[in-house]
This record gives sequence, structure tokens and C-alpha cells, in this order.
Amino acid sequence: MAQAQTPNATTEAHGGAHADVGFPPFETQTFGGQLLWLTITFALLYILLSRLVLPRLGGIIEDRRVRISSDLDQATAAKTRADEAGAAYEKSLTEARARAQALAQETRSKLSAESDAKRKALESELSGRLAQSEQTISAKKTEAMGNVRGIAVETASAIVERLTGKAPAPQAVEAALDQAKA
Amino acid sequence: MASPIEQFQIKPIIPVINFTNSSLFMVGTVAVIVGGLLLATRHRAVVPGRAQSVAEMLHDFVAGTLRDAAGQDGMRFFPLVFSLFMFVLTANMLGMIPGFFTVTSHVIVTFALALLVIGTVVIYGFVKHGTHFLGLFVPSGVPAWLLPFIVVIEIISFLSRPISLSLRLFANMLAGHIALKVFAGFVVSLLAAGGALSILAPLPLLMAVALMALEFLVAFLQAYVFTVLTCIYLNDALHPGH
Repeated sequence: MAQAQTPNATTEAHGGAHADVGFPPFETQTFGGQLLWLTITFALLYILLSRLVLPRLGGIIEDRRVRISSDLDQATAAKTRADEAGAAYEKSLTEARARAQALAQETRSKLSAESDAKRKALESELSGRLAQSEQTISAKKTEAMGNVRGIAVETASAIVERLTGKAPAPQAVEAALDQAKA
Repeated sequence: MASPIEQFQIKPIIPVINFTNSSLFMVGTVAVIVGGLLLATRHRAVVPGRAQSVAEMLHDFVAGTLRDAAGQDGMRFFPLVFSLFMFVLTANMLGMIPGFFTVTSHVIVTFALALLVIGTVVIYGFVKHGTHFLGLFVPSGVPAWLLPFIVVIEIISFLSRPISLSLRLFANMLAGHIALKVFAGFVVSLLAAGGALSILAPLPLLMAVALMALEFLVAFLQAYVFTVLTCIYLNDALHPGH
């Protein structure tokens, strides 16, 4: 207490601040008071900073760092999901296209098989009818050919009867026809 | 006219508890630091405003300096280093305001701060590494015949650290303020002389303005130098042996 008063007392004794005051930083009697208050204030500063200010400041910076990195993680995850969705879309598109092609192919082959079958059935029916017709024709022909002999016999008998006035014997006509035919 | 060293006078305010103008400015320094930082961070904003940006810049600046010099282990001293940096910087800057007392212009204050640093280094070094901490004075790869000299030199250099650390800050602040006062005094003297001399008065005024800018730089730079050296010395405590 007395220490701190001393320089002031000296100054006042000399009647002014500017006279031969000692060099203040080297006035050892002020050291005690300065050290005391430096200790008090610096300890207070250290406690307040380490307990209150720095945790808060560090917390803010750390929160931001965490927030940014989590936001980045979320963005990466969202991008991955978007990529996956894109890939899934592409895949389903390819699948749909393949299915459509398969369906078209199937329909085409079914239709062609059906039309083939129809055509075959028609063909076989037609060829059946053709064969039947041919049979009928040949039967009719045979029948007609059989009738031709009868007609020839009758005609020959009629001609001979007109010429000779008497009907020839049927055997003789038959024999003559056989001769002519040969 | 007042003498250039009058500004360093310690004047009692409350003599009973030894409270002087120096004490007042120490309290003011702490109040400015703690109040300013709390005010700046009161919103705890994710997107910081101007004040919070400055607070975060100071935090990251000191943290970066400490991590560069002493590595991740050094971060345990972060509150101490940050307190030292903020105290010295704020005390220096407050001292730049005309009429304000500069706490760091007294060698006992800077010496006490330097002793705090060296004391921390020595105590932590011995607690953490025991006698291995003495390896600090024995550089590896030195020829045996040279070793005694090197050890003596290393010890002297270690002991001179608190002295150089405290004198550098003290002398810079003291000399800067004296120079400012001297040039400002010239302005008044020249004007008082009158006549032709008073026309010359703007010259030392310009000089005082230029010095003022320089002193702001020095005020920051000395706080930074003090902090960097603190970090380097703490690194010795954390990792002794070269």
C-alpha cells in the first residue's frame, strides 16, 4: 500500500509530473502491486476463457464442422440413391423393352403358326376334295366307257338292221366290235 | 510539457488494495476480452456474423499457430496460449488509445508472463518426462569433446528465454510509445515557438501519424511473436530432445 503511494508522493514533492521522476518501469516499489493484479486478472482471464468462452467458441466451430460433414454425407447418400434410382429405371426400361420384344415375337410366331395350321387344313381339305373329284371323274369315265360299248352295239345293230332289214345276232356284233377295237 | 515517460507512471487509484491505473487496465483488458468474445458468440450462429467471424478467426489463428509449433499434443495448452495471446494483444491495443495506460510497457508484467510460460514448460517437462526432460540440453549427434560446451550453451540459451521473451515485448511497447510521444511533443513545441517554426509543425504530425500505424502493427506483431515463441517453448516441454 505504501509502495504504490511512494512514486506519487515523489512526483508531488517535485511539483509536477515531468521533473526527475524515476524511470517508471524500473521503479521496483510498484512491482508488488502490478504482480498482484496481474495474477488476479490473468487467473480470472484464464478461468473465464477456459471454462466459458473457449468451450462455447470451440463448440460453435465443432458444431459447424459436424453439420457440414453430415450435410455432405447426406448429399452423398442422396446422390447414391439418385444413381440407384437411375440404374433401376434403366434396368426396368431394358426389361420392359425385352418383354415387349418377347411378347411381339411370341404373338408373331403364334399368329404365323395359326395361319400355317389354317393353311394346312385348307390345303388338306382342298386336296381331299380334289382326290374325291378325281375319283368321281374316273368312275364317271369308266361308267361312260362302259356305256360306249352298249351304244356301239345298239348303233351297229341299228345300222345293220336298216341296211339288211334284219337284226344281226348280238354275238356277231360283239365279235365285230372286238375286232374293230383291236 | 509532460515528459515522454510520464505515460508509464503507475498512479494509485485505491491504495488500500494496491489498485493502480495499471490494475485498472489489466481489469479492463480482461473485461474487453471476455465481454467481447461472449458478445460476439452470443448467437452461436452456424453462419457467423461479423463479430463471431472475428472471434472464430482469433480462435483458429491461435489454434493453428499452436498446432503448427507443438503438434496435436500441444492443444492441451490451448487455453493458456489463447489467454496469453489475447491478454498481450488486447493490452497492447488498448495502450494505443491516447491517454490509456499500456500494461505491457512494464517489464515486470512481461517478465511475469514470460516466467509463467517458462515455468509451465519446466514443470510440465519434468512431470511428463522426468529426467528425460534434461535431454533438451543434450543435442544428439554432437561429438563427445564438444558436448560440454554445447550443454553449457544450451543451458544459457534456455535461461535467457524468459529474459528475451519479456524484454522484446516490453522494449517494443515502451520504445514505440516514447517515440510517439516525442513526435507528438514536437508538434506542440513547434506550434508554441510560433512564426516560421509553426509552419513546420505538420511534419512531425505526419511522422506521428505514420508511427501510429507502425505501432498498431507492432502491437499485433509483438503479441503474435510472444505467442509463437510460447508455442515453440511448449513444444520443448512436450517433445524434449532434438
